[in-house]
Amino acid sequence: MSATRPKIKARPPTRPRLGKIGESVPRSDGTPKVMGEFAYASDLHAADMLWGHTLRSPHAHARIAEIDISQAVGMPGVHAVLTHADVPGRKTYGLEFTDQPVLAIDRVRYFGEPVAVVAAEHPEQARRAAEAIRVVYELLEPVADPERATEMEPLHPDRPTMGHGYRDDPRSNVVRHMVIRHGDPETAGDVTVDGVYEVGSQDQAFLGPESGLAIPDGEGGVDIYVATQWLHVDRDQVAPCLGLTVEQVRVHLAGVGGAFGGREDLSMQIHGALLALHTNRPVKFVYNREESFTGHVHRHPAKIWCEHRATRDGRITCVRMRILLDGGAYASSSTTVTSNAASFALGPYRVDNALIESTSVYTNNPPCGAMRGFGAVQTCFAAEAQMDRLAAELGIDPVELRLLNALAPGDYLPTGQLIDGALPTAEVIRRAAALEPPAPEGFPRDPIRLPGGAGNTTRGAGVHRGVGFAVGFKNICYSEGFDDSCAARVQLYADGSATVHCAATEVGQGVTDVILQVARTELGTDRITLAPHTTATVGSAGSASASRLTWMVSGAVRDACRAALEEQERREGGEVDVERVHHHRPTTPLDPETGQITGERAHVALAVAAMRAVVEVDIDLGLTRVVWVGTAQDVGKAINPQAVHGQIEGGTAQGLGLALMEEIQTRDGRIVNASFTDYLIPTALDMPPVTVVLVEDPEPDAPYGAKGVGEPPAIVSVAAIAAAVRDATGRALTRVPIRADDICL
Amino acid sequence: MEVLTPRSLDDALRLKAELPAARFVQGGTDVLVELNFDRSRPAALINLNEVAELRGFLRENGALVLGSGLTYAELMQPELATALPALAEASRTVGSPQIRNRGTIGGNLGTASPAGDALPPLLVESAQVEIASVRGRRALPLAEFLVGPKRNALEPDELVVSIRISPSGSRQTFMKVGPRNAMVIAVCSLALSVDRERGELRAAFGSAGPVTGLVTAPLDEAERFPAAVAAAASPIDDVRGTAAYRRHALRVLTGRALERCLA
Amino acid sequence: MPRLRISLTINGEPRETDVWGGESLLYALRERLDLPGSKNACEQGECGSCSVLLDGVLVCSCLVLAAQADSHEVTTVEGLGAADDLHRVQEAFVAAGAVQCGFCTPGLVVATADLLERVPAPSDDEIREALSGNLCRCTGYQKIFDAVRLAAGIDA
Repeated sequence: MSATRPKIKARPPTRPRLGKIGESVPRSDGTPKVMGEFAYASDLHAADMLWGHTLRSPHAHARIAEIDISQAVGMPGVHAVLTHADVPGRKTYGLEFTDQPVLAIDRVRYFGEPVAVVAAEHPEQARRAAEAIRVVYELLEPVADPERATEMEPLHPDRPTMGHGYRDDPRSNVVRHMVIRHGDPETAGDVTVDGVYEVGSQDQAFLGPESGLAIPDGEGGVDIYVATQWLHVDRDQVAPCLGLTVEQVRVHLAGVGGAFGGREDLSMQIHGALLALHTNRPVKFVYNREESFTGHVHRHPAKIWCEHRATRDGRITCVRMRILLDGGAYASSSTTVTSNAASFALGPYRVDNALIESTSVYTNNPPCGAMRGFGAVQTCFAAEAQMDRLAAELGIDPVELRLLNALAPGDYLPTGQLIDGALPTAEVIRRAAALEPPAPEGFPRDPIRLPGGAGNTTRGAGVHRGVGFAVGFKNICYSEGFDDSCAARVQLYADGSATVHCAATEVGQGVTDVILQVARTELGTDRITLAPHTTATVGSAGSASASRLTWMVSGAVRDACRAALEEQERREGGEVDVERVHHHRPTTPLDPETGQITGERAHVALAVAAMRAVVEVDIDLGLTRVVWVGTAQDVGKAINPQAVHGQIEGGTAQGLGLALMEEIQTRDGRIVNASFTDYLIPTALDMPPVTVVLVEDPEPDAPYGAKGVGEPPAIVSVAAIAAAVRDATGRALTRVPIRADDICL
Repeated sequence: MEVLTPRSLDDALRLKAELPAARFVQGGTDVLVELNFDRSRPAALINLNEVAELRGFLRENGALVLGSGLTYAELMQPELATALPALAEASRTVGSPQIRNRGTIGGNLGTASPAGDALPPLLVESAQVEIASVRGRRALPLAEFLVGPKRNALEPDELVVSIRISPSGSRQTFMKVGPRNAMVIAVCSLALSVDRERGELRAAFGSAGPVTGLVTAPLDEAERFPAAVAAAASPIDDVRGTAAYRRHALRVLTGRALERCLA
Repeated sequence: MPRLRISLTINGEPRETDVWGGESLLYALRERLDLPGSKNACEQGECGSCSVLLDGVLVCSCLVLAAQADSHEVTTVEGLGAADDLHRVQEAFVAAGAVQCGFCTPGLVVATADLLERVPAPSDDEIREALSGNLCRCTGYQKIFDAVRLAAGIDA
């Protein structure tokens, strides 16, 4: 293998189109994508390339007594078979805590945990070699029930999340335990409603499976082309495990087929690099769908105990909530999800007294981490169900009750933070409530427009209509003292054209066009080229998560463009090259004992959405069809309205999925539905028309006033659709996804 | 792995006799999933796509002879849909348009899954399975062909070549329960006909027992029939649904199907 | 590894390649014939991302053996249009905002082109049923339906 880099198929150039801030711009990557020419990670190809394959644990919890690779190494086409012994640097990695082995060492803690990796000339040869690896497991009792995890033997006796400023909890298997104590949690009310709610584990189910290509540079370093959400944090996790410096590891964005949080954690990055450096050949990994289900973290399953107290006239006086999140085998981002679930547990309502306890635990279930909504989805489902119970108990219209308690600037969050930005809660409630759903449709009609759809199960018998309403909110940008930043670099040429570098990951959300729109607006030209997203030429952009990227990228690109113009003017022309790093206003951690802010704020900004959903339910068979959704969302300022609508419609579909059908099912920790045959996501026959109202109330602190828009629809839709099914069935339905059994048995 | 592509039925049968461990593949909608997910590595594959004798259908003395290579999309076409309406309705519930264009009725029999969508309508219509091998031909009633979950009565050298049905002309329907509104494997399914000629109510259920089950009753027992169908099923709890739900759903479906077919 | 040679017509061009018997048409297109436009999202016929026309019939190429395509005609998304001459369905998908991550897009473009070929002015129900085998995780389908109507010249 020579030191020259094999040719990678070039990504089609990102061509700018006309369009400035506030205009609906067709995607600049739209044409290559509709032509099939956009190069996703799984499309990459290099000369002399080998195929990587991962041997995974068939057990949720076992001790590894022996790994024997001798049969595998000599098999046809096989170039490398590696285990933990071959990891030259640090043996563990992790997004926030390095508690996850690169390859299992002496113990496996979840079903599907990587144990060995193989590189071979054909994927079939790699699979056969992996099959020939003999692993002797001694089975251990899995910690499968999160409610009992704290009484079981610790899965991580060294307690990796302790000593990071969190509340010290001596119980075993606690990832993070936090308490938010606000006002006087003993405050009574005229009425009290309580409930226990459960949320199943959702999968991001992005369509592009985990894939990537690692290419040795011939000088001991490696280039990794991968579908990811955060290039620089990948690099910073990969390099120490390889025993390399961060300069020796360059991570480049390959085309990403959706992410939704599931690509925050590493998948093939270290494995591919290990094999590439070991064989001195490019190595490509493409997970299949089954492997993808075990190859990334999921949304935390949750159990939530709630008690809401209110005055007779509908003012909430006190809320007490206890939240339990199953973090699975490794920490991933569980600590932050724990805090987010707690921070937004009350919903966007003014509550002077509250006690919120939130705990995540280690178990032998599939690891959980980031997914769109990030803790707020689970608590919104519970809190909004409670609001409806309260409304029923008080005899107040559910929309009125929400308006009566709507949180607004000048109010305080339960963490003691003053809301000093935009938060038009009452406005989104009024606008969503004013949307008129379509009139009920009579019978007969084609079965595909009935609950049960193509299954032809009813001609109208058993069908009841229901209407639900919900409100949800969450934070925008990273929180709790995380030093969040985004870099952008602008090369401004003498002729006024420019190249923009930004490592922000285009995962489908459209950040590419945000970058271009901002650059066009600031530089006043359409002649802008976007350089490849990479760690090699520009600083970190941070992650495509927390609805932060529009804000952060806008700030960074704006700042870099303005600086470039100034610099060019100062030099009176010529070419300039400037890089700027944008920070949002600082946050500080929450007090570990009280959950109260330790500075001015723990969260940068908030976004809120309200939704009305209409469903038809066949109450005899427990089958549901969502008829219509109307939503109003606080977006600050829509940079690209068409793309914003697309985010809201897509987020709604994911919420619909969690409300009605999506759940990772496990038996003793083993996933039993790791396929698109049994893990069902909404089809074209499941999604209703969505009426979207954008509420533009500019965020004072955000570049151009824009808030991220991806998460609120995924949060509020679960609660709104569940409420509509309750309305249609008269059942309590305290668990999502709602199963047919819950409706008709 | 070898792929053998015979051009005639005789060649196909000869190859299978020579290589009994080989696997037939027609539409591929079941076999390819097993190959893609490394669940099966047969010694060889015998590609039936070029065997013209397995395609299409013909009428013979009032009977319909459906080639085992007939796709679900073809079963939905007007001529067959008029003769076998429940089978056409069942075909519309199979997978996606792409799957219906490719998946075949013979494949449904070969796989013999209790969830096979074509099986309940065929059972209600007393379909005969016509089987061939180099040793000769034989026919079996479908109920005898289905011997267990994903097990059928084929010998290692045999192939389903056609399905023979004398269409009853009775009012009939098919329904399938799944957790979303398209593209589902049946949580349970039901085909039902009101066969006035035989004086029988006939119902067949899918995904509610180890094999597709047939239940019959005299025409005048319609009122008790939903409970009888539910009682005849022997469903289990699995990843797609609970036994209790399946039994309940069969009762509801049978009641609704009777209403449709008696109206 | 045992190899067999197949010859087929892809997007109007005669092509030949060696394949391993267990390989799908999808794998052969993507990895052997330099046509990665058809996507590998589920490889079990549940998502439609690999949709192609086989002898003019819409199928999931992941469920067709490469060897079964021998001597047949395949049309992939790469065969529908060129950058300076997009197929009207491709144009409509871009204009309507029907593309986000785009991984489902090639399959949807092929399925939509097939639909409009058979049913030039489909109803909303026909659109939904025809596309029910093509999963999209990003868009919630609304803009995809808009794109189909746009390509068909139907006023929404």
